[in-house]
Amino acid sequence: MATDSIYDVTGRIFDIQRFSMHDGPGIRSIVFFKGCYLRCRWCCNPESQEYGIQQLTLGGKTKAVGRDVTVREVLEELEQDRMYYIRSGGGVTLSGGEAMAQPDFAYALLKACRSAGLDTAIETTAYADRDVVERLIPYIDHILMDIKHINSQKHIEFTSRPNEKILANAQYIARYCAQHSNDLTIRVPVVPTFNDTAAEIADITRFANELPGVRQLHLLPYHRLGQDKYAGIGREYSLSEITPPSNEKMHELAEAARAVSSLHVQVGG
Amino acid sequence: MSEIKFNIQKSPRIDRLVHHLYENMPVIEADRAELVTESYKQTEHLPIVRRRSAALMHILKNIPIVIRPDELIVGSNSIAPRGCQTFPEYSYEWLAKEYDTIATREADPFYISPETVRRLEAVHPYWKGKTTSELAASSMDEKVLDVFLHHGIFTVGNYFYNAVGHVCVNYEKIIKYGFEQIIEEAKETREALQSGQGDYINRRNFLDAVIESCEAVCVYARRYSELARKEAAAATDPQRRAELLKIADVCARVPEKGARSFHEACQSFWFVQQLLQMESSGHSISPGRFDQYMYPFFKADLDRGIVTYESAQELIDCIWVKLNDLNKVRDAASAEGFAGYGLFQNLIVGGQNEHGLDVTNDLSYMCMEAQLHVRLPQPSLSIRVWNCTPHSLLIKAASVTREGLGVPAFYNDEVIIPSMLSRGYTIEDARNYCIIGCVEPQAPAKTDGWHDAAFFNMLRPLELVFSSGVDKGEQIGPRTPNVLSMTKFEEFYDAYRTQQEAMIAMMVQANNAIDIAHATRSPLPLESCLIDDCIKNGKSVQEGGAHYNFTGPQGFGIANVADGLAAVRKLVFEDRSVSMAELKEALENNFGKGRTEKKSTELTVLAAQMLDKQGVEVNESHIVNIYNGFRNASSVSDEKKAQYQRILDLIDSVPKYGNDLYETDMFAREIGQTYTKPLLQYTNPRGGIFHAGLYPVSANVPLGYDTGATPDGRLANTPIADGVGPMSGRDVKGPTATANSVSRLDLGDASNGTLLNQKFHPSALAGEQGLEKFVAYLRGFFDRKGMHVQYNVVSKETLLDAQKHPENYKTLVVRVAGYSALFTTLSRSLQDDIINRTEQGGL
Repeated sequence: MATDSIYDVTGRIFDIQRFSMHDGPGIRSIVFFKGCYLRCRWCCNPESQEYGIQQLTLGGKTKAVGRDVTVREVLEELEQDRMYYIRSGGGVTLSGGEAMAQPDFAYALLKACRSAGLDTAIETTAYADRDVVERLIPYIDHILMDIKHINSQKHIEFTSRPNEKILANAQYIARYCAQHSNDLTIRVPVVPTFNDTAAEIADITRFANELPGVRQLHLLPYHRLGQDKYAGIGREYSLSEITPPSNEKMHELAEAARAVSSLHVQVGG
Repeated sequence: MSEIKFNIQKSPRIDRLVHHLYENMPVIEADRAELVTESYKQTEHLPIVRRRSAALMHILKNIPIVIRPDELIVGSNSIAPRGCQTFPEYSYEWLAKEYDTIATREADPFYISPETVRRLEAVHPYWKGKTTSELAASSMDEKVLDVFLHHGIFTVGNYFYNAVGHVCVNYEKIIKYGFEQIIEEAKETREALQSGQGDYINRRNFLDAVIESCEAVCVYARRYSELARKEAAAATDPQRRAELLKIADVCARVPEKGARSFHEACQSFWFVQQLLQMESSGHSISPGRFDQYMYPFFKADLDRGIVTYESAQELIDCIWVKLNDLNKVRDAASAEGFAGYGLFQNLIVGGQNEHGLDVTNDLSYMCMEAQLHVRLPQPSLSIRVWNCTPHSLLIKAASVTREGLGVPAFYNDEVIIPSMLSRGYTIEDARNYCIIGCVEPQAPAKTDGWHDAAFFNMLRPLELVFSSGVDKGEQIGPRTPNVLSMTKFEEFYDAYRTQQEAMIAMMVQANNAIDIAHATRSPLPLESCLIDDCIKNGKSVQEGGAHYNFTGPQGFGIANVADGLAAVRKLVFEDRSVSMAELKEALENNFGKGRTEKKSTELTVLAAQMLDKQGVEVNESHIVNIYNGFRNASSVSDEKKAQYQRILDLIDSVPKYGNDLYETDMFAREIGQTYTKPLLQYTNPRGGIFHAGLYPVSANVPLGYDTGATPDGRLANTPIADGVGPMSGRDVKGPTATANSVSRLDLGDASNGTLLNQKFHPSALAGEQGLEKFVAYLRGFFDRKGMHVQYNVVSKETLLDAQKHPENYKTLVVRVAGYSALFTTLSRSLQDDIINRTEQGGL
């Protein structure tokens, strides 16, 4: 076997989650990449942000987060649920962290999935260099892309990075999807004090609405399921003051989005 | 996205029927016991099979009958709703012992009035020495009887104390042609007998008994016709009067003659279903492929405009209610093993016919709809699934599953049909299978499967390995080598198989002794005339008259034994991180953990009695010390506790069955075969073979209670894994991984049925997408050759709340194991077991 085979490419992941129901169509397995460019303060997987392998302590038990794997190893695990993908129209979703932050590994894994006939999806911040986006996108069937805020200043404040690169990538990805009939969904994490006003959601929606090829907009309510993990990796949770938006609030925001767009807007993934 | 088909309006009558049924605690009645005794006293000169038919005639002529308010389908075994009769010809002593406690016991309480006690007391002395149970006991080797009664390794109590049941009879024949056809057939067969043949007399006696039994049923139906006419005359409400007159007409016709309408077909079905459970106390009298044999009557009436979907649905719903009107009182121990007043009347829809074509029809959907309307534990609704099952039927099934009623249970034609072929069924009969009781496949109307023949606790032979076959001071198993002298895992594993096979052999003998007792003392002519080839063979089902004969005792505990042996292999023999002596000591001390409150109390009483016997004076503080010793393991030093905890942690780190790990799962497969394979060498007195089931009904809880700590890290007295599934909480990779592990077992070799319980949080099935993904998941599991699966879709929060406020959850139905039951009627430990099953959410 040639050593330059895509199956020998290694990357760093921290989990493979099977029987995922809300991250693309059908029943899916999610590969969680380790490492992200952003530092979103609400992130429910704080252990995903650093590329380095970390110790996470939960319920008194400490375990290492992050392991280096080859594409071959990952594919073997993904194959175990093939029947469920076929029966449900599901497949594999790359998530993280940020898959685009490990472009060689993401590329090899996507290509391997394609050769194996597995449907592919990515959950991405779209914060990546253009050449990376260009290289990966032909191998992705469903793109679930976040647009978190239109105001770059606020974006920096809550995610540590500006949004210009993201918005520019969004334009490119949308054009590509429109031309190639790939499936593109825009997702907005709705986080109190960050972007939970009707005006902010409307701004994001207007932007999404103008992108070619977008059919769906998902508003994902902030939740604090990841809160304990901050302490588990020795970090402070900076959003402990806020509470998750109510159902009513989410529906109001969905209405606000519908008012300014022709997109299919839904609450939740 | 699919629409959910057949949303049919529920008749308001149904809620009234259900309400009436559940107003009071079920009651024990004495009429049948009195009548059967009267008859038996007068028939001592007759052959047994004629005594049975004479008794049935006497009962059906004289037992009080009732038409409940609003009923369209009539026929009740008891005057009180959900009441029950007793069957002293099988056993009665246990009941006599429980008069004072039966109304307050934890599992399946019944009310019994002082008057009923008096009436039962009057007839019971007659039965001394005459029961099937006593004959069975006297036929077992002393050692086998002792192991069965006192060592809790296997229990054959079900058929030891009660009739066998567990059949699916030829409903179709009665509905189409009536009992008059069977009478005719029996007479013709009798005519053709050669009186000079040695078997002439036995055959003639049997056929005479068949004729009398069929006539008894017709007499009974006519009594109902007369009662309905009488009540109609007295009815003031014109609509009810019309209904009663209709009932009178229907009962004048069926089941004596063939049904001419869907209503008559329903009533004819019901009399058969009900009266089989009057003839004997056997449960799991399973309606089988109801959607198939009822369909022609439904379709004809629909085409003629005699029924609408709504009116036909109402009749089906009425049958569903009636299936919950029947009841059975069991001894306290059996009640825990079959908790929830279960009668296990399994009714299955969908699947293929004998030609291999899918025969899903409107009634398949309407049976699902009935479950939504009635929302009670019976029937045990099942669905057959294969590649040609319509997607819309599965979506409908998923929509019922989502309601949390625990039904339907899903069966895979693609595994069951080949499995049945391997046991000698023809391809046509295998394709036409139905399910009996919990999960047991058979060919309807021609099989005596003796399913559910015993519970075999696979963990107990593992305990015997550590004691070289000694239990409670007795050498009950083979003297396998001392574990402390073992140097290789193979020696340990050999010892396990040796103990297991010795216990299996004993169980088989116990089963056969009981089997012979039923043939000798309780042949059942009514049941037999509805099963091929009894009339042709001139003998009852109990004597081997059926076309197919099997005995199917079920083992459980695969997950615990597989995890346990894997831990022994890895820790003791490979890594040598724990010595055998340390492990043995840790097990004996329950890993330094306290026992449950209930167990501690029991053990304290035992200990105090022993001290008392030895003449030691026992005071109160003494008792408290003993109790705390058990409850808190206070006699174990902290140092020891830490040592045991280290062992537990090491056990925890060994890979566990249920996580889609190939080697681990393949070992579990092998463990399953240590039970299924040895059984296949044995035969039963009816000319059939033994074959295994792998499911526990609910016995994994009471039998787990009597099992010590095991090397898989399971603590003493706690429940055992509940079927072919992983141990609760040890499958951590989600439902697809669990399903993949389960499908690696040799499921088809357990041709008497396998059981997988899965628990889903309601959110996993939410919305249309939830239903679609659920169905896809099921299809995926069945692609990988899963055999059976059933789901509990009730949130943990709901169940916890129901424990706190049972009064608010009187009709909360949950899946137990192969059947559903009312949650609040289950014992606390079984409730806890259900709550603790690993819950699969949508991730």
